Amino acid sequence: MLRFYRSTVGKKILMAVSGIIGIAFLILHMLGNLQIFQGPAKLNGYAAILHGPLAEVVLAQRVVLLVAVVVHVVMAWQLTMRARAARPVGYVERRSQAATLASRTMRIGGVLLLVFIPFHILHFTTGDIRPAGTFTPGNVYGNAVASFRIPWVAAFYVAAMIALGLHLYHGAWSSVRTLGIAGPRPHPLHRPAALVLALALWLGFTAVPVAIALGWVR
Amino acid sequence: MKVTLRVWRQRGPGAPGRLERYEADDVSPEMSFLEMLDVVNEKLIAAGDLPIAFDHDCREGICGSCSLMIDGVAHGPMQGTATCQLHMRSFADGAEIVVEPWRARAFPVIRDLVVDRSALDRIIQAGGYVSVDTGGAPDGNAIPIAKAAVERAMDAAQCIGCGACVAACPNGSASLFTAAKISHLGLLPQGQPERYRRALRMVAQMDAESFGGCSWFGECQEACPKEISIDTITRMNADFIRGGTVARADGSR
Ligand code: HEM
Ligand code: FES
Repeated sequence: MLRFYRSTVGKKILMAVSGIIGIAFLILHMLGNLQIFQGPAKLNGYAAILHGPLAEVVLAQRVVLLVAVVVHVVMAWQLTMRARAARPVGYVERRSQAATLASRTMRIGGVLLLVFIPFHILHFTTGDIRPAGTFTPGNVYGNAVASFRIPWVAAFYVAAMIALGLHLYHGAWSSVRTLGIAGPRPHPLHRPAALVLALALWLGFTAVPVAIALGWVR
Repeated sequence: MKVTLRVWRQRGPGAPGRLERYEADDVSPEMSFLEMLDVVNEKLIAAGDLPIAFDHDCREGICGSCSLMIDGVAHGPMQGTATCQLHMRSFADGAEIVVEPWRARAFPVIRDLVVDRSALDRIIQAGGYVSVDTGGAPDGNAIPIAKAAVERAMDAAQCIGCGACVAACPNGSASLFTAAKISHLGLLPQGQPERYRRALRMVAQMDAESFGGCSWFGECQEACPKEISIDTITRMNADFIRGGTVARADGSR
């Protein structure tokens, strides 16, 4: 167990598992959010179920997610430091041949997500950050509409979702490889399934702030 | 043709180094990159200067001795080609070419463009072998092996251990090298008894040599002169994971 944790492969496996837990949560979270297009009653009703009969499930899920995020970030940090140490003297000239934008922005995009996630929780879960000045617990629909009418709030969420989409375009593909469960491929760098997943999540999450900012949902 | 070289010169391990300019005036497009360096070196020697040190041996792309980061690409611009098989026709007349050694903490510079790659040998020593009992030689073809497994094992076995994967990897990871060796043996029946122990030990040695981890950038696969696939790394991880559970049960730790 200790040997597993100490190795770069073991650390990366922990990242992959925690990342996949995150993806699973995000799929549910996005489907929940999209109910905003079915009106306030539907969305606020869903929130009431989550906080009523399903409250214990939600609590358990929060604990799992918190552990996953901590593991993910700590492993990301350690692996990044190891990678830095592995090349103390860099190249004068270096040309990338294969690495995608998504793969090269995993670390910086991850940092943006690390800023976004606490903001997002303080904004919509606890209501400690109130860009619109008001926050009504339980009125998820109203809180979202009031916030995303403010251009910078919508813009911040849209930017964070670009980072998320890129992170998942690489992560959804790389995690199954890290876990050793992807079969051999003629073109291993092609990743249609990860593209579909990342696009779906990106569109699903971006749709809400954009629709409100443009006045389609009010 | 004419080219201008900017070559990393460094007297010895730990000595300061820098890029030096050299003009190579009568280069034939048919020369290999190393032949071009030979010509530059002849002139340096004639002028009483120290020749540029670089590694080479077979010059036919099979030994893994040659290296060089050429214009920021391991083994230069030709895909699937080692530097010794790269020809000057791949460069434009008048081009300026930057030549640097492989860069990794595990590959200290010995002199100029020569680095110490013995870290890769130690990874092999940690498990890149099959143990064979003594006795009569087995009959040829006595062990049936599936065609697909043979093909994939032989693809991985093409690794010549040049270290281009490490040089090209933004993390300085030796995953492709280690995975190629693990896949090559692990796909064949002869490699089964030590399969999971091999993965655990070789990964542990890879880490001990202070290489970085894999982030799936895919740079190694593009740089590899033998075009070894990153699928081997998936396989290495699978064997590593099973090694943590299966190996203990069969006592093969
Ligand atoms: C909270 C801030 C986050 C940070 C700092 C972060 C950082 C990183 C980094 C640096 C990597 C690449 C590691 C490497 O290749 O060496 C990575 C991979 C990954 N991340 Fe994140 N990430 C964060 C959030 C998330 C979230 C919210 C999810 C999922 C919903 C996620 C899913 C993944 C997945 C699936 C991988 C791929 C793992 C693999 O290749 O095996 N990450 N993350
Ligand atoms: S010198 Fe042998 S592979 Fe290039």
